[in-house]
Amino acid sequence: MSVMHKYIRSTKKFPHLWCAGCGNGIGLSALVRAIDSLGFNRNEVILISGIGCAARAPVYVDFNTLHTTHGRALAFATGIKLVKPNLHVVVIMGDGDAVAIGGNHFIHSCRRNIDITAIVFNNRIYGMTGGQCSPTTPRGEYATTVPYGNIDYAFDICNLAAGAGATFVARGTTYYARETERFIRKALEHKGFSVVEIISQCPTIYGRLNKMGGPIEMLRWLRDHAVPIEKVRQRWSGESNLLKEDLGGKFLTGIFVDREASEFVSEYYKMAARVRSETRRKTKQTRRKR
Amino acid sequence: MKKRKRAIPSNGDIKLLQGNEACVHGALLAGVTFFAGYPITPSTEIAELMARELPRRGGVFVQMEDEIASMGAVIGASLAGAKAMTATSGPGFSLKQENLGFASFTEIPCVVVDVMRGGPSTGLPTSVGQGDIMQSRWGTHGDHPIIVLVPCSVEETLHLTITAFNFSEKYRTPVILLLDEVIGHMREKAKIPSKADIKVVERKRPDVPAHAYQPYEMTADLVPPLADFGSGYRYHVTGLTHDQWGFPTMRLDETKSLLTRLKDKIETNRPDICLSEEYLCKDAEHILVATGSAARSCKAAVDAARSMGIKAGLIRPITLWPHPRRLLLHYASSAKRFVVVELNLGQMVLEVERIVAGKTAVESFTRYDGELVTPEEIVSHLAEEE
Repeated sequence: MSVMHKYIRSTKKFPHLWCAGCGNGIGLSALVRAIDSLGFNRNEVILISGIGCAARAPVYVDFNTLHTTHGRALAFATGIKLVKPNLHVVVIMGDGDAVAIGGNHFIHSCRRNIDITAIVFNNRIYGMTGGQCSPTTPRGEYATTVPYGNIDYAFDICNLAAGAGATFVARGTTYYARETERFIRKALEHKGFSVVEIISQCPTIYGRLNKMGGPIEMLRWLRDHAVPIEKVRQRWSGESNLLKEDLGGKFLTGIFVDREASEFVSEYYKMAARVRSETRRKTKQTRRKR
Repeated sequence: MKKRKRAIPSNGDIKLLQGNEACVHGALLAGVTFFAGYPITPSTEIAELMARELPRRGGVFVQMEDEIASMGAVIGASLAGAKAMTATSGPGFSLKQENLGFASFTEIPCVVVDVMRGGPSTGLPTSVGQGDIMQSRWGTHGDHPIIVLVPCSVEETLHLTITAFNFSEKYRTPVILLLDEVIGHMREKAKIPSKADIKVVERKRPDVPAHAYQPYEMTADLVPPLADFGSGYRYHVTGLTHDQWGFPTMRLDETKSLLTRLKDKIETNRPDICLSEEYLCKDAEHILVATGSAARSCKAAVDAARSMGIKAGLIRPITLWPHPRRLLLHYASSAKRFVVVELNLGQMVLEVERIVAGKTAVESFTRYDGELVTPEEIVSHLAEEE
């Protein structure tokens, strides 16, 4: 029995909602394997999502699962984490969910450095509604709402997260699923706001509209266009001559940020404990005066 | 060192309080443990006082990045077992609507305070209005019932905040506490009840084994128990139409039975939920119908009219939604007319007309310039039209 079978909801009727060849299953199973490898008690794992194809992930697996409104999963997660800091809170979002409609919650969760892990399945399109462009659709690519080519600049989700203050930021792909699993494992272990972006394939719409072929061709594309950040870093030591600017149509993968900083929920409870002890001291003093 | 004023007086004290402060007192007595908010006039005092009080009582206060996020955080907190609330005003209330609908449909208890100001849009942020009477009922998309409570004094604000929490826990539903700027900002004396004097309701939690738990079961009382996230009951919550386990469904029978249960859990409990006050209605020919600050002017107007020989009375729906149907119908047969007094272009009057259905005359008397309607205006209307 695979690890995945241990966590599939037997009461939930399959088949699932995703198209054949979709990358979401690869992302979800990487997450489940990472959770399993850490030995988390599944009663203490909360999976939260918003709206979209990616957001359907939690319903299939046996944890505490919450499918919220479009873009707002991180807000719901913040409430849960503040009330029960011992829980492992994981938010699964698509690109539109995370950085279009939910962009405000995304940057503010990064800023707060709240101990939540955000997994962004980035297939660069709105799949569920039939293939509209998203803030991560590359310039010049096609979607149903950019039939003449996208004139908009795309967000780099990892740069956005890093700039907004997230303390762990990584990017993997559905092709390198084991690597992605390792990133998620590190993110789950990280104390603070962690973001793992998974570049994923949507053969049904994105692949078709952009003439990228089927799922296998799209996965090969991911393999050929993912450039490990180490290669850029090596340039500084003369081991490689690759510059960020030389990437062309390629993208960087790897762990971009991994740093320690004070975390929001622990800071809150520290502050609350300090206030309570001060209040008690003051009450005692008042009593003595009386 | 400067002596700091005690923010929260002891139980049993009589204090001069602002309506917004009284709301916080009530929430604390009801056992609030979580508040998420965003600054907006004229509700901000509620957030400010919560920010001071909750950390030192072991609770959580968080200022979120926007109104939508604070509603989301409140729902998450409640799902984790907290008694959670937020407070806002018109524009913020509009922003909260989608998540409020989520809480209704997924049956997550929470309290939302809306301190009404003059509107529409940014309107008159520091002035009074009652323009959210219909928004509080119909603000979200789709059909679902809701409980809305409207106090008309500072002390009543305190007590109704407790009632709001109790209803939300008892019926597993969001409850809206609708204040208006006058009630929120006015100061008057209020007795802080002791814990022994008030009733506090806690939500039903499951006692069945984890595998047998159905978060949306059709129970006899129509209100299934709610398990805290992380307590060992692993289940699914979704804003999609769901079956008794919480899993998405498109089955016609499951869809219908869910929506019917949601409607019935409020409708069948009308006798418990519908609170109202009547004042000198027994022999009244002219019955004023009003809520919130407008009802205060109406009460004074009734006294003044009576002294002039006009037989006036007042019906004050404390529970605005569901509307006190029985009480209105009771007096519809004896009164010559109902005059619905409100601080908007005429909203509650539509519901009164609908209920009364021609059994007596229904008139609308409104003021919507940002000032509270005065007893004199109401009396002269009664005298003119008599």
